[in-house]
Amino acid sequence: MFAEGAGGARVREPYARLEAWTRDMPAELRQMKQAEAEQLFRRIGITFAVYGEGGDPDRLIPFDMFPRVFTAAEWTRLERGIKQRARALNAFLVDVYGRGEIVKAGRIPAALVYRNNAYEKAVAGIVPPKGVYSHIVGIDLVRTGADEFFVLEDNCRTPSGVSYMLENREIMMRMFPDLFRENRIQPVDSYPELLRRTLASVAPQKCDGEPCVVILTPGHFNSAYYEHSFLADLMGVELVEGQDLFVEGAFVWMRTTEGPRKVDVIYRRIDDAFIDPLCFRPDSMLGVPGLMDVYRSGGVAICSAPGAGVADDKAVYTFVPEMIRFYLGEEPILRNVPTWQCGKADDLKYVLERLGELVVKEVHGSGGYGMLVGPKSTAEQIEAFRARIVADPGNYIAQPTLALSTTPTFVAEGIAPRHVDLRPYCLVGERIELVPGGLTRVALTEGSLVVNSSQGGGVKDTWVLAE
Amino acid sequence: MLSRTADNLYWMARYVERAETAARLLEVGARIALLPSSHGFRSEWDSLLRASGTSIAFEKKYGEPVQRNLESWLFFDRDNPSSVASCLTAARENGRIVRTALTTQMWDALNSAFQDLRVFDRTPRSELALSRMTEWTMRQTALLRGAMEATHLRNDGYDFLNLGFYIERADNTARLLDVKYYVLLPSLEFVGSGLDNYQWTTLLRAMSAHRAFHWAYGGEVTAAKIAHFLILNPQMPRSLVTCVEGANIHLDRLARGYRRSTRAQDRARGMLAGLAELRTEDIFEEGLHEFLTRFIRETADLGAAVHMSYLSGDVR
Repeated sequence: MFAEGAGGARVREPYARLEAWTRDMPAELRQMKQAEAEQLFRRIGITFAVYGEGGDPDRLIPFDMFPRVFTAAEWTRLERGIKQRARALNAFLVDVYGRGEIVKAGRIPAALVYRNNAYEKAVAGIVPPKGVYSHIVGIDLVRTGADEFFVLEDNCRTPSGVSYMLENREIMMRMFPDLFRENRIQPVDSYPELLRRTLASVAPQKCDGEPCVVILTPGHFNSAYYEHSFLADLMGVELVEGQDLFVEGAFVWMRTTEGPRKVDVIYRRIDDAFIDPLCFRPDSMLGVPGLMDVYRSGGVAICSAPGAGVADDKAVYTFVPEMIRFYLGEEPILRNVPTWQCGKADDLKYVLERLGELVVKEVHGSGGYGMLVGPKSTAEQIEAFRARIVADPGNYIAQPTLALSTTPTFVAEGIAPRHVDLRPYCLVGERIELVPGGLTRVALTEGSLVVNSSQGGGVKDTWVLAE
Repeated sequence: MLSRTADNLYWMARYVERAETAARLLEVGARIALLPSSHGFRSEWDSLLRASGTSIAFEKKYGEPVQRNLESWLFFDRDNPSSVASCLTAARENGRIVRTALTTQMWDALNSAFQDLRVFDRTPRSELALSRMTEWTMRQTALLRGAMEATHLRNDGYDFLNLGFYIERADNTARLLDVKYYVLLPSLEFVGSGLDNYQWTTLLRAMSAHRAFHWAYGGEVTAAKIAHFLILNPQMPRSLVTCVEGANIHLDRLARGYRRSTRAQDRARGMLAGLAELRTEDIFEEGLHEFLTRFIRETADLGAAVHMSYLSGDVR
């Protein structure tokens, strides 16, 4: 197991200064700072709305003050790998909604693409502005060694959590200004400006003048509402709900106190199925009737484009290295985790024989639900899961349990290693950009590999040091 | 600005102002209840409930207007949509929906009040003195207004917030004045007596205007002076004329900014013109209660006009 904070007996170089920091910090000060951080989160309102479960409707995600650190060299390689992947995923999307070359070339099975739940026939034939379907690509990474990173998952629709990346930094800077004076930490606060530029850069051709960009939220009951309003605030764009928009003529308009105003780019934080009740789910109250017609005729840009989800499916994931070779003619810089598809007979046999060693996931599952972590499960749990896989093999994939890296983390007893993952956010518009940082999620329970906030995970600030 | 955003800002302000009024009502009631009175405290408290428009709901839930129940009802009870707790919760909810349209300091004030409320909910009632609760409420609402004045952009959102404050305050001052009417109704022979003046004074205290009144008028406290002070004196920050003037200022700013005028401006101008010509004698001639009832109705009409012209989302 790779400990990011410690190289053998000594402290790894990027963490050297932090070592002294924690050594000199008395326990009382640490507790005081931890309480202060929590109070800051609550005062600013950075909460995670959980309705309908009873208890506190505004939950805080636990924040760990011990930052995670990358060197400039480590980051440079990650950055190249992430951008490469984001380019390939978008090339794939344009292709499968167009000529389908990759399928014709036999590099990806047709059924996997065209029978995929996330494949939207409604957008076939559309090439969105600048050829971008997925404008914000969240790529989940884990580390297993000094130079070994694996991509766990791609998120091409509406990856969340970026507000934590920004707020974690904000709070660390407020609480420990000395750390920032001593360490040369690259800033992440240009993210909202980059996002705004990215969104404006994909405005449809029919837009003349400054594009009007809005964020479409399902509303304040959504668990990520804080993030939606936070981004709208920092970008200086309107945060709208479906009821604020309507379609008239060939355009989308929003209701304002001065009358209707034309909208050019919609950064939607609601799922495909809800964006237009005339096109998708008729019972949806969240979307805008007629929106898809306007989209098809080039009157509005939707980010991410409807149908982008077909690229981040856990089964399609297996083929991303293939996409990189096929569209870009390059070798993948970041590796995939070896993955078995239970839909394939050979793979299924292999998986069923080794359930106790593997991690099995639902193809469409998210948030750590619907998964089996073999080595951490009881015999009954494994048998129960076996029955589910046999009943619907195509719905499952399996991966080896990776020895995830750990970072030093504050726990009750002091500092201890805890497993982490990383989600950087890649922006794709006229240009492809990402800020040096991302969201590090940490499994706060000893030995646990599950970092999801719904399962007791926390977050920490992620540093990329300057050269 | 989005119509929905404007609507939330407007209502956020109204709820904050309403919470403050609930606290002021409580203070009036508590002070009046300290008086030795021939008809007991019952009718005084009843007058408060009637002024807040919640007497039927109260009776259904608690029956007898016992002081402790009244305190619960007007401060803590979430079944009472006009209680301090309900209003501050609603204000915070409106604010949360439009976080993007508030400054950090405003949100901080609103959210801290909400967090305090949750602490009160867990505190035994015997440890929460009424005066502490009413003072707390006024401090919270003052913090929010202060944060708004100091940090909010002078844009249309600022105008909608202020419209909310002024329209609600106009309505509330009229209602607080009306309490006086209900208190005196059972026994008109008290008019001009020491008891009467004590009650008027209490009302002034509740509006944090006791000293201001003396500065402005000096000498004897009389019904006519107080009516003039609370209705027609533009120096008094909570007087009806000040509120209507405030609404006019912000509606005019909107009309200039949007380069169009609506029915709301007409309404507000009409109300201001009506007050400008009024004398205290006219009010007593019409009857204080009758005048206030009419004023409350006109204020509601103004609110409806603001809604139609800006907040409904059907603005064309």
